[in-house]
Amino acid sequence: MSTVVKLEAIHKIYDSGEVKVHAVRGVSIEIQKGEFVALMGASGSGKSTLMNLLGCLDRPSDGRYLLDGTDVSHLDRNALADIRNKKLGFVFQGYNLLARTTALENVELPMLYSKRRVSRQDAHARALHCLDIVGLANRADHFPSQLSGGQQQRVAIARGLVNEPQVLLADEPTGNLDSKTSIEVMGVFQKLNDAGITILMVTHELDIAHYCKRNLILRDGQLVSDVQVADRSIAESELQRLREAEAAAKLTA
Amino acid sequence: MRFLSTILVALRALRRNKMRSILTALGIIIGVAAVIAMVSIGNGAQAQVEAQIASLGQNIILVFAGSANTGGARSGYGGAGSLTVEDALAINSQIRNVVAISPEIRGRAPVLANGLNWFTSIAGESEDYLSMREWPLSAGIDFTKQDIRSAGKVCIIGQTVVNNLFPDGDAVGKSIRIRNLPFTVIGVLASKGFSLQGTDQDDIVIIPYTSAMKRFSKQSFLPVIDVQAASADRMPNAEQDIAGLLRDRHHIMQGRDDDFAVQDQREIADARNAANKTMTLLLGAIAGVSLVVGGIGIMNIMLVSVTERTREIGIRMAVGAHGSDIRMQFLIEAVVLSLMGGTLGILLGIGASQFLSQFYHWPVLISTTAVVAAFVFSGAVGICFGYYPASKAAQLDPIDALRYE
Repeated sequence: MSTVVKLEAIHKIYDSGEVKVHAVRGVSIEIQKGEFVALMGASGSGKSTLMNLLGCLDRPSDGRYLLDGTDVSHLDRNALADIRNKKLGFVFQGYNLLARTTALENVELPMLYSKRRVSRQDAHARALHCLDIVGLANRADHFPSQLSGGQQQRVAIARGLVNEPQVLLADEPTGNLDSKTSIEVMGVFQKLNDAGITILMVTHELDIAHYCKRNLILRDGQLVSDVQVADRSIAESELQRLREAEAAAKLTA
Repeated sequence: MRFLSTILVALRALRRNKMRSILTALGIIIGVAAVIAMVSIGNGAQAQVEAQIASLGQNIILVFAGSANTGGARSGYGGAGSLTVEDALAINSQIRNVVAISPEIRGRAPVLANGLNWFTSIAGESEDYLSMREWPLSAGIDFTKQDIRSAGKVCIIGQTVVNNLFPDGDAVGKSIRIRNLPFTVIGVLASKGFSLQGTDQDDIVIIPYTSAMKRFSKQSFLPVIDVQAASADRMPNAEQDIAGLLRDRHHIMQGRDDDFAVQDQREIADARNAANKTMTLLLGAIAGVSLVVGGIGIMNIMLVSVTERTREIGIRMAVGAHGSDIRMQFLIEAVVLSLMGGTLGILLGIGASQFLSQFYHWPVLISTTAVVAAFVFSGAVGICFGYYPASKAAQLDPIDALRYE
């Protein structure tokens, strides 16, 4: 198995005038291809900072970050943008879809900034394929305002997939969703992971983390726990159980 | 390829906010329309003056008889019988820089031919008149010296007169009656069309000035003498000499006023042209200011748009947009806005100019240079005033932009 993400003693210090904030203090992580990792921690634990570093949105103050074998710790803004485009897929808590832009166009967005040329037909086909993977091919021409929260998040996942990234990074992807929709979204992630896609997500919900294969816990900028999930939840069967419970409730009502 | 898709993105963004886009462009629309209309009007006025000069002929000096003063009521120039044919001949023979003269008498009279009648203007002129005015004949011949000397009953008629009296078109050699006196048509003038004041220059019958004096005005004095100088730079000299000669001939004491007036149409035209130019410049400057104001409007809206779309910028950057992509997107939006405004403004300006010329008969001349300049300038306004907001957008940090509420 090949190593996709390798952090070596990463530090991040925010220097805002007099006060220096040491947000990440020497974190080292290795993530192999095909892993499904949940990064957990209380607020202020540095998990957002670490996520920004992993997402190449920010550069570490110290340490090395190897993404798919290349050192990205000292790249400039534009080079980081190209890395994000080519090797990373993003899913955000607030979906972050472009308003008044169809689902299909939203999914096509990363291809617009690709270095290699993508023809309009190819872009359409690829975006549609990704929407199909998340089960929304029939909603391609809907606007985000016409979609439910869960559907919007699935469009966002499709957008994250469209450039075939090395890692799919998800920042609290279920934070804005109710529990059933959360499970549905986790089901999508599990399906993608089964297909071989490496996923790294931040969450503060234990039960959500339970759908992942590996849990990392961050406290005060340091990694305090790194465990494989023993008997992880399977979204399919959880949903099945929910459906049965709902049916039973209706029967009794 | 990135450039092309960026244009598409920008167009899509503008389409999403149609009303706002149009209102933003309105400043530019009005500015450009104003520039086009103002310059058209200015050019039209200038062209009118040029046309007047052209129809006047080259290097023409007009000598008017002075005004008569009858018990305090003063007539206009030409009222006093102070100019005579002898004066005219003296100017022609004694002043070196004069190449031709034409004593001029004008009036209006009914003209009959073929059982048709037409009321037109009658001009008594010399045999040099047509060459002085650079007015060619379309048929027939010019007056001869003999025609003038003998006060011949011959005439040269304009195209409008031909159309109204000789519908068949063939007029040369035919007879017409002016105030019941028969005249033979010896020539037909080439059409000059309407003057820019709206008078039909072809509605004229020209006869020898001697005939006009002998048969119609029945007076020995002339209201006007047209004089042609040898060249433009000799005109001032010629004018001085004419004035000197006439004062001499009229026995005017030193210190007394002239009983005539010498006018150089070129000078008047130049003065009018200069005034027109100043006016055009002034109006153009005001219109230019409104263009700048329009540009500031674009900058304002683009700044609002950047703030409003901070999150969008963050998303685009997160999925791989470079700062330069973002800058280009907003810059193109600004340029498209201003060029759209420029195009609509040009159409509006041309429309307004046409309206003025159609319904108010203002002389307008739409200049291609002004149209092109307005288009280019509006594009430049877009770039200048769009650059700052676009750069602001490009410099955003993706993390902050994504977190922006």
